[in-house]
Amino acid sequence: MITLNVNNKNYNVDVDPETPLLWVLRDTLGLAGTKYGCGIAQCGACTVHVNGQAARSCVTRVSSLAGKKVVTIEGLSEKGEHPLQKAWIELDVPQCGYCQGGQIMSAAVLIRENKNPTEKDIDNAMAGNICRCGTYLRIRKAIQLAAEIQRKGVK
Amino acid sequence: MTHQKTSINRRSFLKSSALAGGGLMISFSALAKFDLDDKVSGLDLPDQWYELTGYIKITPDNVIKILNPNPEFGQNVMTSLPMIVTEELDADWKKVEVEMGPHDSVKLGPQFTGGSNSVRMYWKPLREAGAAARNMLMQAAAQTWNVPVEEITTKAGMLYHEKSGKSGTYGSFASKASEIPIPKGVKLKDVRNFNVVRRSQKNVEGLKIITGKPLFGLDYKVEGMLIAMIEHPPAFGLKLKSFDASEALKMPGIKDVFSQKLYEDGFEQGGFDTRTFNDLLVVVGNTTWEVMKARKKLKVQWESAGETKNIIGAQKREVIIPGELESTSTQLAKMKEYASKPAQQLRKDGDPETAFKNAAKVIERTYTAPFLAHNCMEPMNFFAHVTDEKALVAGNLQAPGWSEPTLAKLLNLPADKIEIQMTRMGGGFGNRAYGHYIYEAALISKKIKAPVKLVYSREDDMTYGIYRPMYTATYRAALDANKNLIAFHVKGGGIPEHPIHANRFPAGAVDNYLAEGWQIPSNITIGAFRAPRSNFNAAAEQSFLDEVAEAMGKDPIDLRLELLKRAKENPVGKPNDYDADRYAGVLKLVKEKSGWNNAENKKYSRGVAAYFCHNSYAAHVVDLVMRDGQPYVERVTSAVDCGIVINPDAAINMIEGAVVDGIGNALYGGLTHKDGVAEQNNFHRYRMIRMHEAPKKIDVHFVQNDLDPTGLGEPPFPPVFGAVANALYKKTGNRFYEQPYILQLNKTSRA
Repeated sequence: MITLNVNNKNYNVDVDPETPLLWVLRDTLGLAGTKYGCGIAQCGACTVHVNGQAARSCVTRVSSLAGKKVVTIEGLSEKGEHPLQKAWIELDVPQCGYCQGGQIMSAAVLIRENKNPTEKDIDNAMAGNICRCGTYLRIRKAIQLAAEIQRKGVK
Repeated sequence: MTHQKTSINRRSFLKSSALAGGGLMISFSALAKFDLDDKVSGLDLPDQWYELTGYIKITPDNVIKILNPNPEFGQNVMTSLPMIVTEELDADWKKVEVEMGPHDSVKLGPQFTGGSNSVRMYWKPLREAGAAARNMLMQAAAQTWNVPVEEITTKAGMLYHEKSGKSGTYGSFASKASEIPIPKGVKLKDVRNFNVVRRSQKNVEGLKIITGKPLFGLDYKVEGMLIAMIEHPPAFGLKLKSFDASEALKMPGIKDVFSQKLYEDGFEQGGFDTRTFNDLLVVVGNTTWEVMKARKKLKVQWESAGETKNIIGAQKREVIIPGELESTSTQLAKMKEYASKPAQQLRKDGDPETAFKNAAKVIERTYTAPFLAHNCMEPMNFFAHVTDEKALVAGNLQAPGWSEPTLAKLLNLPADKIEIQMTRMGGGFGNRAYGHYIYEAALISKKIKAPVKLVYSREDDMTYGIYRPMYTATYRAALDANKNLIAFHVKGGGIPEHPIHANRFPAGAVDNYLAEGWQIPSNITIGAFRAPRSNFNAAAEQSFLDEVAEAMGKDPIDLRLELLKRAKENPVGKPNDYDADRYAGVLKLVKEKSGWNNAENKKYSRGVAAYFCHNSYAAHVVDLVMRDGQPYVERVTSAVDCGIVINPDAAINMIEGAVVDGIGNALYGGLTHKDGVAEQNNFHRYRMIRMHEAPKKIDVHFVQNDLDPTGLGEPPFPPVFGAVANALYKKTGNRFYEQPYILQLNKTSRA
């Protein structure tokens, strides 16, 4: 039995300790917002936060998470009002939408650490997240807009 | 599937009925042209005309629900189709609720997402349905208020009678409206007065997407559902010989391991029922990870599949699939050999042989492009629960109407016992029009007698096949002593189909013209990939025209415009699929908006290309730079003519996406094989464009006109390839003939 803290809630899960966090979230806890894209940390669709840092949940063993806090896209904000989510709506970023949760989770760490990211900062921070529909330009703009919303202190 | 012969004239009818509990339901039915002009050759496609249906529901408490019939894979039809209804209904878009339609081949028609068809097919029927409903509500209000219907006006879901000051919601008249006969010939709005359509409206599922709601096929879940995965052969041309599952079965959570045939011998496949591997080795367990882990414990023997035979369609066309283990190097050699043999003549105007013989100069260039994997972010997967009496299947698919008859035959169930639910798709790009994974899920569920979700790993997805074909084409241009273009010849081939659209530009613009095609059979399966064939032709032909223009001493845009002028004023041969004016229109627009001749843009290496497909026109100017020896497209100017733009911001998003997709595939995309094994099986080997490689800026401009809308999902994609190649030439002085271009670039920069 492993105790996991996900989105500020404790869960006791009885799974193989090698199981990647991704599949525990999706299959065991029913949190399907974290997506499977590649299984080898190449596409970023499965990005979550572990103790505040972006992590690829498809290669994060569940046994490594004892005593750590996991946040998924479902837990990023209560009603989709994180500055990034607001900016994503404002700029109508998604096409198919499958990768966008992972994109937002990667960007959330960036704008927490860097209040005013340049295009280059964004490109560097987001290089691990693939968007097959090619919404990269809107993601860039949305991250800058979110940073601006954050700077203005609008919650 | 409801379909009609092409001889039937366009017609439409509407039906109204009272909703249980009061209110109005307008259902519509219309025959519309189903235009799959970029169809993959050799597939038996359904007839051209379809009966389309849909509905609008208005309840007494003023809830307006509009059904979206077509599957959503990121092209935003869940928003754009209901917008069209809302416009004519004159409802308040903010209050309209959109329902995703279930699959219903009888009530809802083809429900096909692909071929950039959704808006083109539904444009007229949706407008007529909305306008009729509005008219009936107006009549209901006029009768109730006892005033002439001509004095009733509407605005944003409200009815008004100005003289008496009376007003009411649509909902309050919905029940009464349901008793009013359907009006005939209701006048549609003047398109210049639209206030929902042609204005940017946000994605109706935006909030759900960004908060991680379970929208996709892979998110579908029911109580007691098991997970299945398929171990397919490691190479095209192999099949299952034997297996030992004893270790796998000992793994935790594993329920069963068995082999399952997809199609029995002689099974009559539909045109999109491609099978790459027929003997499936299935592992079933409780959770995805348990099944993934157990797969590694399988001991499997594979053997040569040998030559196999597919039986396609009601005509029982036989297609022989060769058994050899193919490699990219031998495929390229074979293509070279076929290119020198006589080929099928697809179009001939004038006397090209004599013109080439008498030419002062002949330019001949050969282009090649590799297989491409669709790489939808969401790998193939599907849910199925099949019992002896009925089947429920749910997930992401582009063509439920094509999958249903095959499911019925495979499961031996009548079509009305098969329920297909459509989820949002994590990308499609053509891949999900091919139903193999749906059938596999259904057969597995039938066998294990339980609800099951079939999941492809990324590796399964990338190595299964159904790729963009491998293509080549040799272009020749003949110039006379005055550098006039007197003959044009294209001979294209591919594995396993050729790419040639014989009646497209520059056909019609050159006196002597010849188009030919040839193909090589293969066991590597192929399918539609965003703008099939066009995505290669626009790379090759548009690079070639750039080179021809240079040899003629002309600006590449000017040369195209001259040819288009000729095609308009004095067209050569027929049919010519494109409208020369509209084609010229996007070139002129992109020339103006990109500042084509402005000195300030000289710091970039600029390439231009244009293309016509899916009844739309697109042109791009790409501005390229090199940094640390790597090419980056910094800016793109795009001009598109797709008629009336339904949802401008979403349309711009789609064009931006097509540009990024085009740059990515042109520079990096490609799937190669060694002895039948795909050499790229995940994103560490298959290079996808990433954010730092995407342009800083894409300026999208639409040709403003009031023409009925044409395709948009695909048309902006193909010309990106040619524009990138032409910009690379400007930068490096080398022409680019082989995709992906980055390989050629690295080769030449090393040399």
